[in-house]
Amino acid sequence: MLILLAACSPANAPEDARRQLTIMTHDSFSVSEVVVQQFESENNVQLVFLQSGDTGAALNRVILTKANPQADLFYGIDNTFLSRALEEDIFEPYQSPLLADVADEFQLDTGHRVTPVDFGDVCINYDKAYFSEHDLALPQSLADLTNEAYRGLLVVQNPATSSPGLAFLLATVAEYGPQGYLDYWSDLRANDVIVVNDWETAYYTNFSASSGQGAQPMVVSYASSPPAEVFFSEQPLDQAPTGVLAAPGMCFRQVEFIGILKGTANLELAQKFVDFMLSPVFQQDIPLQMFVYPVNTNAALPDVFVRFGDVPAEPARLDPAEITVNRDDWIQDWTEVVLR
Amino acid sequence: MRSARTASQRLTSLLLWALPLAFLAVFYVYPLAAVIGQAFRMPPGDGGQHIWAVVWKPLRFTVLQASLSTLLTLLVGMPAAAVMARFKFPGKRLLRVLTTLPFILPTVVVAAGFNALLGPRGWVNLALMGLFNLTDPPVQFLNSLGAILLAHVFYNTTIVLRVVGSEWSRLDTRLADSARTLGATPWRVLCKVTLPLLKQPILAATALVFLFNFTSFGVILLLGGAGFATLEVEIATRALNLLDFRSAAVLSLVQLLCTLMITLGYQRVGRGRVISLTPRISGENDRKPVTWMERLWVGVVVLVVVILLVTPLVALAARSVTKLEPDRGERGGFTPRITLAYYQELFTNRRQSIFYVPPIQAVANSFLIASIVVVISLVLGFITAYRLQSGGWARRAFDVLVMLPMGTSAVTLGLGFILVFGRVIMTLGIGFWLVPLAHSLVAYPFVVRTLQPAVAAIPPRLKQAASVLGASPWQVWYRVELPILKRAAMVSAIFAFTISMGEFGATTFLARPEYPTLPVAIYRFISQPGALNYGQAMAMSTILLMVCAASIALLERLEQGEA
Repeated sequence: MLILLAACSPANAPEDARRQLTIMTHDSFSVSEVVVQQFESENNVQLVFLQSGDTGAALNRVILTKANPQADLFYGIDNTFLSRALEEDIFEPYQSPLLADVADEFQLDTGHRVTPVDFGDVCINYDKAYFSEHDLALPQSLADLTNEAYRGLLVVQNPATSSPGLAFLLATVAEYGPQGYLDYWSDLRANDVIVVNDWETAYYTNFSASSGQGAQPMVVSYASSPPAEVFFSEQPLDQAPTGVLAAPGMCFRQVEFIGILKGTANLELAQKFVDFMLSPVFQQDIPLQMFVYPVNTNAALPDVFVRFGDVPAEPARLDPAEITVNRDDWIQDWTEVVLR
Repeated sequence: MRSARTASQRLTSLLLWALPLAFLAVFYVYPLAAVIGQAFRMPPGDGGQHIWAVVWKPLRFTVLQASLSTLLTLLVGMPAAAVMARFKFPGKRLLRVLTTLPFILPTVVVAAGFNALLGPRGWVNLALMGLFNLTDPPVQFLNSLGAILLAHVFYNTTIVLRVVGSEWSRLDTRLADSARTLGATPWRVLCKVTLPLLKQPILAATALVFLFNFTSFGVILLLGGAGFATLEVEIATRALNLLDFRSAAVLSLVQLLCTLMITLGYQRVGRGRVISLTPRISGENDRKPVTWMERLWVGVVVLVVVILLVTPLVALAARSVTKLEPDRGERGGFTPRITLAYYQELFTNRRQSIFYVPPIQAVANSFLIASIVVVISLVLGFITAYRLQSGGWARRAFDVLVMLPMGTSAVTLGLGFILVFGRVIMTLGIGFWLVPLAHSLVAYPFVVRTLQPAVAAIPPRLKQAASVLGASPWQVWYRVELPILKRAAMVSAIFAFTISMGEFGATTFLARPEYPTLPVAIYRFISQPGALNYGQAMAMSTILLMVCAASIALLERLEQGEA
């Protein structure tokens, strides 16, 4: 019986004779078929993408198997996990010539062990209809969110379980400092901020402008969520149903990197792939695949991003090394103040 | 001649032990030991020095919510099992299929289903607000202990229904009838005759439900909100987000220890003679409710089951075909419209993504994997259930070992699989098998617990009679035991199938992108903003429900058709 099943399972597809290049990624990674095919045919190689859970889970996998790496490259490490990954000494340095087209603000590792690929801003999204119906002014700063007018109107994610949740916590740390941010959060708590564990629940269950039609008109999400709402709408829209609160200091910028894993047997090919990820072909494919922005300044943005996207001018910033040293403490103190 | 036969018998016996043991050793003990060993070689996290502070709170909450959830599940499940086992009523077969479906749904979809029903803008709140002219939604359901308990009842009632119900329906009613003739009240018959006869399946179901609740992860995370953390949630947070492997390993060991104690307790309570009775053909004891009391009783129980288990499913399916807002962003006075747009969209690769999953392919992958899981776990389960009949310490030790995978942190085991089989995952051909093997590991305790009480209850004299009349051991098994076990085998097959169809955790760790399953596809949609993504997730979930409903109905028909 088992043998019979084995015979008809797809497992017995003939082995591809070409070389393989394996890229470990998080689950949100996506790319167009044609873009992959271009690299594959140019280099006579087969690309294998290993999606391994969220960023934390994927990084875990890389760290646990660093003695015996399972992939040639790792894509998806962001600036909140960066220093932790660098500490583990898992990456082979490589300086791509295409970095010339990438702004300095994204090149966070001077040792070039990782290369920036894309960035996205974690910002509060708001329900346009709710604010106009209730004749409510938009909050202009983090401090505004503690006003009585916005009582119970904001849903955020638990930073211990969610990547945007952590990013928003970091924005408050950047704004109020490692001493003051807890006071800010106790004010937010007093103003009935709602905390859930993950982005899916916050957006689809609590947020009033999503299909779930929840009770909160403000949610921590991404600056690219409004273009996504337009792109994935049921019928053509000339206006996004949601907007972004992008005032200075209200957003936190996440930069995602790729790194070549130590121990790869395909070093040269892996370097070619890093170059390819920075090339306009790949960079222009990024926005509609992953709803983040390309780092290459020469990459053209799709229409839906140009019309409905919003890149915050002054996002909050924190040094990745400072994040690594303090993140566990910040999260645990936050838990004590907000959840207990 | 005689000694040669015993030697070969002994060899067979040894081989039969070897198969399940090897399975557990390779796919459970080895990866688990590897990951825990690795964790203790890593530097301790910040919480290292006060580890008990880390353990105590989640442990207390885990025990509390698991006990409450199990109690509530039995409260709903037992009367339902009684009604299903004893009475005929229209729609019974459909109801039995529908009540199994909650078991397969990924938590994120259940959360959406509950939200569509009980959320601030769910049907219940909208109806109440309209009825009583309220401005605020009266039911505040999400993010509460109540939500966790309700979701656990929703998920696990089917275990009680199936495990207890299947034994109840083939119980020899002559004992109860004699008691009634001798003047016992129906209540007394239930307490003194029926329930004691059902002790084994009730215990098995309780243990399974409790362990399921004990290791609950998605329900706590998504429906309980950020205020609640069980051991499993804490393990995942520590390991995956704080990268504190050592605390995660300690927590995993605590969880394992608790499972061990629960299993030992179960063994102790379950000890004692199993009364073997002449099994009756299932369905033989069904009858229509006659008195108005019986009718009321059946009606109330069915109504409760429908409200608790079926309405969230209906809400989900309804949501996948309704378009709520004619103009998005504009509310008030909208008229929901029926649409198939979400289903049509499933067939288009709007982004030209390489990870696009055609729905047919996801269905095919899920179905293939689930079928393999049924075969593997039933073969291993049958062998194990028979092995567990023999006495001795080895049996008792094995009995405990069988249950442990259920109480093991899925995150820890997943990381162990990666550590041990990481290279294999990448090998085309072999890597495919890791997903069904991991699913089988989850399904295996279920199958054993379902089969074992049934195997134990077969009267030895039936087998002896067949042997005396000249049947070979194989013939005895095929002609006498298998027909008796058919019902339990069907229940096991349904559990193995549904566990595999709905499994998500291990699959994300192990799946290769070439073989995405239905839950994987659902998550891909719901992790991005946009009405189409949400609608497609609901549509894909409804497809998952329908594929499972059809499969379960088919399995039941097979069983009944040949009975």
